[in-house]
Amino acid sequence: MRRYTPKDDVQKKPYYTDRYWVAPQVPKYPVEEDEVFAEDLKAIKKKFKVDDAYIQVEQMVVYIRSEDNFGVLQLMRDELGYTQLSELSAIDRLAERGQFEVFYQMLSMQKRKRVRVKMLIDEHEAVNSVEKLFRSADWAEREMYDMFGIKLNNHPFPKRILMPDDWEGFPLRKTYPLQGDEFAAWYEVDKIFGKEARDIIGPELRDSAMVDRYDTKRFARLGHEVPYGAEFKADQPETPLGYQEEEGVFMIEKFDEEKSVVISDRDR
Amino acid sequence: MAQHQVNYAQDGGLPVALTTVDKVVNWGRSNSLWALTYGLACCGIEMMASGASRYDFDRFGTIFRASPRQAELMIVAGTLTKKHAEFIRRLYDQMTEPKWVISMGSCANTGGMFNTYATVQGVDRVIPVDLYLPGCAPRPETLQYAVMMLQKKIRREKAIKAQKPKRLM
Repeated sequence: MRRYTPKDDVQKKPYYTDRYWVAPQVPKYPVEEDEVFAEDLKAIKKKFKVDDAYIQVEQMVVYIRSEDNFGVLQLMRDELGYTQLSELSAIDRLAERGQFEVFYQMLSMQKRKRVRVKMLIDEHEAVNSVEKLFRSADWAEREMYDMFGIKLNNHPFPKRILMPDDWEGFPLRKTYPLQGDEFAAWYEVDKIFGKEARDIIGPELRDSAMVDRYDTKRFARLGHEVPYGAEFKADQPETPLGYQEEEGVFMIEKFDEEKSVVISDRDR
Repeated sequence: MAQHQVNYAQDGGLPVALTTVDKVVNWGRSNSLWALTYGLACCGIEMMASGASRYDFDRFGTIFRASPRQAELMIVAGTLTKKHAEFIRRLYDQMTEPKWVISMGSCANTGGMFNTYATVQGVDRVIPVDLYLPGCAPRPETLQYAVMMLQKKIRREKAIKAQKPKRLM
């Protein structure tokens, strides 16, 4: 397994250090520019506290308090006509500000508008489930728990959805290594054969460009094959590959290439 | 009159072929390789095409079975995830001896392009593999060729010796 370097501060480090380079920003516009969104925002502000709101790429983004999420979504569904919750997930901002950003992507078919409701939660804070309002939130919230470890209040079946039930770690967190931690690297070996088998089976081969022509346990030379694990000799005689033995096979007629017909007309 | 007459004049006048028990048993085994349907990803589509009428696996005696108890060949066609690894092991154990495994495609061979936390980096970490078939995804002809190479391998085996159970470790 490759050496694991902690990635707790990975978001603080820029990959690209050109001091004249300015990251492009999608422009934000005030909500007042769109009448429909302005009305919606007024209705939300009447009952709930809104931290920030703006329009980005023709969608309204509203930042709310995390304890209000059920109420805001209920208001939007029942009174503002946003009857669909098309997506729900989280963004890992733990390194940046120690918080997760949870977003709810809402769609109104009557108004032909989309609104993104966002809220910031602390790392160990539980979120109110909106499964009672939108059935689509059921699996999306389970996935959010599976990938980020965000716990849910009042969810009917708060269980992992993609990863195995006995999995350790939350793969979509920025601190999780792409090729897996030690638990992930040995997961199938530990589960099927037990930890004792680690030495016998060996670590995963993660270098996809690795080629070793002298390793006869992992690599073969087409046309110059030797038995598994045998010593490789430089003057290995050629051993032509064929699907049948030269002397023919019992009760099976050998295919004669001379007699075969090549079909060039595909529509035949 | 029968359409296909036995030519009693050939082979000294007897409708007999002389051979060894090994050859007869291996002939039977290699020409009735019933495969377990094991399509895990896009390679499974190519495996299905191989079984369908154009490429026609039935003429090799390779018939896909949905039960490991009736199968002796496992074609692992596709990406094996870590979540699924224990089930492939269980299904392999449920197959009756003698049994063979073809690892079909890059993902089953080495994990392929899925160099991530959730993919098993080669099915040979979990079950013993007889034949590795390269390609992404291999065409049906390639899978046919692999089955024929496996038949060749089976023909080389001793049929009567005590079958040593295949184990990875």
